Amino acid sequence: MAEPWEDDELDGPVRKFMYVNRRAPYGTIYALESLEVVLIAAAFEQDVSLVFMDDGVYQIKKEQNTDAIGVKNFSPTYRALEGYDVEKLYVEKESLESRGLTIDDLIVPVQVVEKDQLAELMEEQEVILSF
Amino acid sequence: MPMLHTVNKSPFERRTLDTALRHAVKGSAILLIEDGVYAAFDGTVVADKVKAALSDHKIYVLGPDVAARGMSEHHVIDGIDVVDYGGFVDLVTEYDKVQSWL
Repeated sequence: MAEPWEDDELDGPVRKFMYVNRRAPYGTIYALESLEVVLIAAAFEQDVSLVFMDDGVYQIKKEQNTDAIGVKNFSPTYRALEGYDVEKLYVEKESLESRGLTIDDLIVPVQVVEKDQLAELMEEQEVILSF
Repeated sequence: MPMLHTVNKSPFERRTLDTALRHAVKGSAILLIEDGVYAAFDGTVVADKVKAALSDHKIYVLGPDVAARGMSEHHVIDGIDVVDYGGFVDLVTEYDKVQSWL
């Protein structure tokens, strides 16, 4: 027997949500806030994709160690997204290259896309949230 | 009088580093902190500009902020010194003023 809150409420429409991450991880709260909202959308079983572009690519840089700055290292959470069926992670090629980074520098499997492909992906979305 | 300039913004997002360099007299020092540390690495589109600045300025980068961001001290541009919090304090005492570009 399903609990009342498990009933029909979540059977609403599934929408295509894209989260566009453009900020570095610790200088502002944007990256962490985005991650929180992504997890909420995932809990509602929406069709979620994440984009990391501009300084947002730094959010998923490997080997973050925040011990000495007294801030929580939230980068391992990106690896848990797969468990919430959030598997569409895109990184803009131009953003990686201009920062001297490669796909090997990233803590999660991603699809590297060029800016034109990214523009097309954005066109396919129903909701786009920018952080 | 040479002073210590701190820069805490990413050079890819803001012009803070450019502004600091434009207003820093020869012999003054630049300390990259927080998101400013992203300017300290080789292989980026701002690396040439930072290397050029080394001829007029000592440039330092704060190690704890480098580690937090998962960046490697091995990739710091040659000539930039990595300092810890103690080194930050030493710099503040070595120069007679600090300008914090925000």
